[in-house]
Amino acid sequence: MKDKTILEIKDLDISFRTNAGVIHAIRGVDIDLQKGETVAIVGESGSGKSVTMKAVTGLLDTNATVNGGSILYRYTDDAGQEQIVDLLKMSIRDLRSRINGRHISMVFQDPMTSLDPTMQIGRQIMEGMLLHKKVSRQEARAHALELLELVGITDAEKRMKNYPHQLSGGMRQRVVIAIALSSDPDILICDEPTTALDVTIQARILDLIKDIQRRIGLSVIYITHDLGVVAKVADYVNVMYAGRIVEVGNVNEIFYDPKHPYTWGLLSAMPDLETDDDRLYSIPGSPPNLLHEPAGDAFAPRNAFALAIDEKAQPPMFKVSDTHFAATWLLHPDAPKVELPEELRHRLDRARKEAGVHFDPPGNPAADPAGARKEAGL
Amino acid sequence: MGFLAKRKPAPVQAAAAAQAEYIPSEGDFTLLTGRDINVDKNYASQGYWKGVAIHFLKDKRAMAGLIIVVLIILLAILGPSINSYGYKDIITVITEEGKKKIGRAIPPRIPALHRLLTGEEYTGVFADRVFLFGTDDMGRDLWTRTWTGARISLIIAFVTIFIDMIIGMSYGLISGYFGGMTDNIMQRIVEVANSVPRLVIISVLAIFMPKGMGLVIVALLLTEWIGMSKIARAEVLKLKEQEYVLASRTLGAGRFHIIFSQILPNTIGPIITQVMFSIPTAIFTEAFLSFVGVGIVLPQCSVGSLIEDGFNNITTLPYQILPPIIVLALLMLGFNFIGDGLREALAPKLEDM
Amino acid sequence: MAKYILKRIGMALLTLLLIIFVLFVLVRIMPGNPFPSERMNATQIANKRAEMGLDDPIPVQFVNYMRGVLKGDFGKGTSLYYGVPIKTVLYTCINNSFRIGGLAILLGTALGLLLGISAALNRGKFLDGFCTVFSIIGVCVPSYVFLIFLQYFFSYKIPFFPYFFDNTRFLFSSTIPAVSLSLFTMSTVSRFTRNEMVEVQDSDYVRLAQSKGMYGAGLVWHHVLRNSLIPIVTVLAPLIVDLLTGALVVEKIYGINGIGKLMVDAITGEGVDYNYVLALGILYSALYIGIMMVVDILYGILDPRIRVAAKGEE
Repeated sequence: MKDKTILEIKDLDISFRTNAGVIHAIRGVDIDLQKGETVAIVGESGSGKSVTMKAVTGLLDTNATVNGGSILYRYTDDAGQEQIVDLLKMSIRDLRSRINGRHISMVFQDPMTSLDPTMQIGRQIMEGMLLHKKVSRQEARAHALELLELVGITDAEKRMKNYPHQLSGGMRQRVVIAIALSSDPDILICDEPTTALDVTIQARILDLIKDIQRRIGLSVIYITHDLGVVAKVADYVNVMYAGRIVEVGNVNEIFYDPKHPYTWGLLSAMPDLETDDDRLYSIPGSPPNLLHEPAGDAFAPRNAFALAIDEKAQPPMFKVSDTHFAATWLLHPDAPKVELPEELRHRLDRARKEAGVHFDPPGNPAADPAGARKEAGL
Repeated sequence: MGFLAKRKPAPVQAAAAAQAEYIPSEGDFTLLTGRDINVDKNYASQGYWKGVAIHFLKDKRAMAGLIIVVLIILLAILGPSINSYGYKDIITVITEEGKKKIGRAIPPRIPALHRLLTGEEYTGVFADRVFLFGTDDMGRDLWTRTWTGARISLIIAFVTIFIDMIIGMSYGLISGYFGGMTDNIMQRIVEVANSVPRLVIISVLAIFMPKGMGLVIVALLLTEWIGMSKIARAEVLKLKEQEYVLASRTLGAGRFHIIFSQILPNTIGPIITQVMFSIPTAIFTEAFLSFVGVGIVLPQCSVGSLIEDGFNNITTLPYQILPPIIVLALLMLGFNFIGDGLREALAPKLEDM
Repeated sequence: MAKYILKRIGMALLTLLLIIFVLFVLVRIMPGNPFPSERMNATQIANKRAEMGLDDPIPVQFVNYMRGVLKGDFGKGTSLYYGVPIKTVLYTCINNSFRIGGLAILLGTALGLLLGISAALNRGKFLDGFCTVFSIIGVCVPSYVFLIFLQYFFSYKIPFFPYFFDNTRFLFSSTIPAVSLSLFTMSTVSRFTRNEMVEVQDSDYVRLAQSKGMYGAGLVWHHVLRNSLIPIVTVLAPLIVDLLTGALVVEKIYGINGIGKLMVDAITGEGVDYNYVLALGILYSALYIGIMMVVDILYGILDPRIRVAAKGEE
């Protein structure tokens, strides 16, 4: 089953109507997810990563308009038939009763606000099961207890009757995960699942998700701005900037052979204990306001390696390897040779040695921008 | 990827493809130089109050409220002097025969407009006079009375709310800043004061005080400060432990200095919002008291007493009640809109994506 | 929970007692003569004063007065309804006011909730806009103005409803006052309900419920309504007090013999004496504090965050 795409987002294009005007938040996003894999979407806040996942789960705000694209999802229906549906074309009613909670579940960023304050957590876990699975209350209860134990909550019997405010943040996030898992989904979408938690609890929650994923064969999508999390959990990484994917590759390619200057910036901004330099790097400037869509490369104003063409045309996806693509004119054969910043080069080499990863970056990128467009996924 | 090939390309895809066909020209592949990428052009620095002002000015409802209120204030100031009638003057005309005619109960009329619409002329001694709102049963000009009444209602509201603001803010600031026992006692007092219904206060006051503007003002003074003090206290508690206060405390600044130079400016936003919501309450209360007959004493008038006059004559002169009611409703509307707008401008919700 | 409730009741009683004491002292130290001097000579007044215990020290008077109040005895009127126990007058007035006020509360709350909920469920559509406009009008125009208009059009121009209140045709003649009184409640409740619900609809926990697959009526019923209706209890409380007691001008205009009219008489000093002011003050304060207390307790029962905290206190 490994090499089977279960979710494919293609050319997704979304805009929002706001008081200030129309914000073109998602400008042609492609993401693929294979069964059992973990894909991370990385980017600053406002880059559109959450919006993309809200589109998958049908949770877009009412002021959002989907201008185009498709989200194809492959699943096995109740009759055992393999189905391929475009989630964007489904009605909300259909999506909720056939997909949400049964096949695609979501873990939200802030466990302090994502549980209903007036409902016992046992009921909140059982709710989804009772809704979709047509199980008896007893069965649902038994499964809820199992889930609570699975996510590492002791004294599950007693916790079932607790209200959210009686639990700590870490515990609540475990409950949210239990809810997400309650009806055996194929895909788990985690929207910054650990940002609101303590560092020690962060690691435990990540291990928990990884462990469950291994046990039940989930596919996981992580939305995060934390590259530390990405390194720990992801198989593939999508770097997102201003509503577009700017670089995609497997985790080694992104971490040890990044091609896009924005990815360089993100990696440089990661805190690193080993570095001699005690300055903490940050990418200059701020993400563009998509109320006024940039003509060329949206990252150019913050890019120390911007080319003249960056101000005129958006770079296409250039192929680096079969799995690695990046949208930067620097990969064009006519572009001047720009190397990774020295400091980052050293950091990445050191990290690679420490991790003991054998990784040989491929030679020159493909010289054919049209053909290099990531046509058929990975 | 069998299932991918069957799809029709979406229109956006076509657009993206068109863009990808950009033919690079000479010089495109050169590094850009001479830029300072550290300059953030997206978020040019702007002050807090400037941001609030921009947000408020963009708020259509708030602006409508502001325009309504400003217009009514202007009319309350200038309205009565537009014509020659005083608010308590009974309009009389001595006819050629030497008879005295009183302009009693004349419905709204603009002779020129009447002529234009019907081709007829008014008759009688007041035929050529303009009465925009008509005259009341005594023969007083309602246009003048309405705006004089609005003026008095607004003055009462502004004066009392301003004093309430000072009392409430001082109380809340002191209570919140000192905390501990002081706060405890002061808050118990507020709690008890807050449990006395406004009407009970008014009824007791009415035995102690003569009818009139004074009664209305004292009644409002005694009730409206509580809300202000709560807001001021909450703001102080929020700001108290923030670093800049701690910083100036360690620098040896005196307590009152801290309150008035550091905390006060921060409480102004919410307090002004509260003021915008208190003014309608004050106008409402004044209207109620004057309607009942313990507020403004004749021949003076306020919005409330004008409504009462209108009510007393409603079966015979139904037009008489409309101007004060419309002014009252517009004032309510205007101040509420401004208040809503201010509240949103001061604490804008993040644009949800 | 019992401790939480007892604590609230104790606090309320203490506050009430304090307010009554202050009212009592204020009314007693008031200058002037509680008796109509044109009908009594000096000896008669002196005898009357002694008989009523008005020459005792104030604390003694207060204790005696409170003894009576606890038995429902507020003394007798000295000018209006001379000699009639205040209790009797109050009883009639309360009866009228509560029936009309109750009607207005039911009408206002039911329609307000209906309007607010439908507006929130149709956010940004016509009904939402209608709800906004309606609630703005309802809040900006005092209820007696509505009454004046309704009375003018439906009792005077089209004489369908009675022009004044008539206790023998209770329901029919309460229509106009109850409707005009309910408009403010309706607007406030609908606006508050709409805003609460919209906020809850955008909350993370509703998104989580949606991501579980909940939608439509089930989602609204289980997650949205429950969470948005609890806070409505708090806005409802002062509205209820206002309606039960605050039909002031409405009662006066429509000729309803209620406590609101009595209060207006007390404020304007039209033949109502200090004993009435005191009795009304106690009645109003007790109602206000009592209803606030009930809401406080109700909130504790409805909201698990407070309920569980209260359990912890025990």
